[in-house]
Amino acid sequence: MNTSIIEARPDFAAIAQWIPPGSSVLDLGCGDGSLLRYLRETREVRGYGVEINDKKIATCIANGVNVIQNDLDSGLADFEDQSFDFVILSQTLQATRHTEALMKEIVRVGREGIISFPNFGYWKNRLQIFNGHMPVSKQLPYQWYDTPNVHLCTLKDFELLCEHLGIRILGRHVMNEHGDVNLLPNLFGNVAAYRFKREA
Amino acid sequence: MSGSVGIVSAQRATFEEPLHFSCGKVLPRYELVYETYGTLNADKSNSILVCHALSGHHHVAGSYADDAKNIGWWDNMIGPGKPIDTNKFFVIGLNNLGGCHGSTGPSSIDPVTGKPYGSDFPMVTVEDWVHSQARLADLLGIQRFAAIIGGSLGGMQAMQWAVTYPDRVRNVLAIATAPHLTTENIAFNDVARNAILTDPDFHGGDFYQHGVIPTRGLRLARMLGHITYLSDDAMAGKFGRGLRSGEYKYGYDIEFEVESYLRYQGDKFAAYFDANTYLLMTKALDYFDPAQHTEHNLARAFANVQANYLVVSFSSDWRFSPDRSREIVKALLHNKRNVSYAEITSQHGHDSFLMQDEQYFAVMRNYLERVAEELP
Repeated sequence: MNTSIIEARPDFAAIAQWIPPGSSVLDLGCGDGSLLRYLRETREVRGYGVEINDKKIATCIANGVNVIQNDLDSGLADFEDQSFDFVILSQTLQATRHTEALMKEIVRVGREGIISFPNFGYWKNRLQIFNGHMPVSKQLPYQWYDTPNVHLCTLKDFELLCEHLGIRILGRHVMNEHGDVNLLPNLFGNVAAYRFKREA
Repeated sequence: MSGSVGIVSAQRATFEEPLHFSCGKVLPRYELVYETYGTLNADKSNSILVCHALSGHHHVAGSYADDAKNIGWWDNMIGPGKPIDTNKFFVIGLNNLGGCHGSTGPSSIDPVTGKPYGSDFPMVTVEDWVHSQARLADLLGIQRFAAIIGGSLGGMQAMQWAVTYPDRVRNVLAIATAPHLTTENIAFNDVARNAILTDPDFHGGDFYQHGVIPTRGLRLARMLGHITYLSDDAMAGKFGRGLRSGEYKYGYDIEFEVESYLRYQGDKFAAYFDANTYLLMTKALDYFDPAQHTEHNLARAFANVQANYLVVSFSSDWRFSPDRSREIVKALLHNKRNVSYAEITSQHGHDSFLMQDEQYFAVMRNYLERVAEELP
């Protein structure tokens, strides 16, 4: 099961490698709890997920994952300052409405934040726009009229937001369907994971 | 497939050891009626205690051989293949002390006086109930419950268990409940109590000797309660502005359908429920506040809790709103307890916790399946 999760979600492996065993983790938009379950099974991580979707809540509970039903856009008021080693937002940033506020909440609640998101600057996306269309791909599988993604960004955009919010980037992992990307990541990477913390 | 636990029968346990109540009074002996469903496993680890709310009792599931229509109040939740699965769990329902369904209460005969306790019955708190329930568990040989489950006032008991007896409960399922009542809730309870207390037939609680029942007060209390257990939308959907005769009669008889419904519910309730029990139950609700000894800090009140928690609220429940459940969740998070929280979208108000709902039942079922898997 673990390998299939990692195959389906390569950003999970990138995220997991940053998390030492025994850490406490809050996974925002945790879906069916796969990442938390993976982290629990491989790293004895103690964690909670936050999810809004009813069916996913029920699945998390079936998976034995602690899950709190809440809308991320209403903030993380239930969680205390610096109460988790890591706050994770995997492939959800682009669908949040109050993205800037949420970024601040992540570094308030977590000693470190980890975010993965689809890179809108990926060359195939750029090509589709060049050809006159909004990008549709495996990472961005929606049409412009039915997409939940309201805040898409490129790697450069994300890094600018971090700078703007006084957030220090501690690590970056850029991937595409062939593996890790080191050359021109904002062009050749379709998914990126960042590790960051609030400037002291 | 899911089914009924079938024909059940109530049992009675007598406790000769005096019970000291929070109010200072003592009952030298008392009885509790209870029912059980399913089979207790060899190491007695698969038991679930179901705590009842204001008007509940020990008849939680199944029906009686001599009264097939008398189906338990949570029969949709409990049974073979149901979320509280009696193929896996040994489920106990009891009537709380002070109740009017067979356990020692205000209408029981006080052996000292030979008359009903009436106004002499001790004011009972959630903590008192939990102590009395622990003695029932002792009697049944249950050291630790797999889960304690309750909605509303029942949820308060489940939470109190985890505070008072942290090593005796593995899981708490706290449904449509709150860490303490809001001011508005206490106010509603006080209006209900006043309806009873000011009924001329109440006789200061000793109406039994007068051969009367404060029916009017009890009826009004129930009508008020009923309104608050529903939601505006649910009432509008069910009755709207419907008129029984289709036109205004310009009088005070029943005209609107909702009046008919409320009066019927009030009459039905007043015919079987004890007025003193109603008063006691509402006071137990008002008094419940595990943070009263920790400077109103719920997280500190929960510091010794070991149980894993499932907290469930309902979107249209304005008496025990989702925000109140979140307070419970927050206190548990502070203590790094395992907790899951589900907010069920439902239009039935506080009564939602007794209704069948796909998402609600999926959450309960999935959680309890894990509880069953993790039994020692």
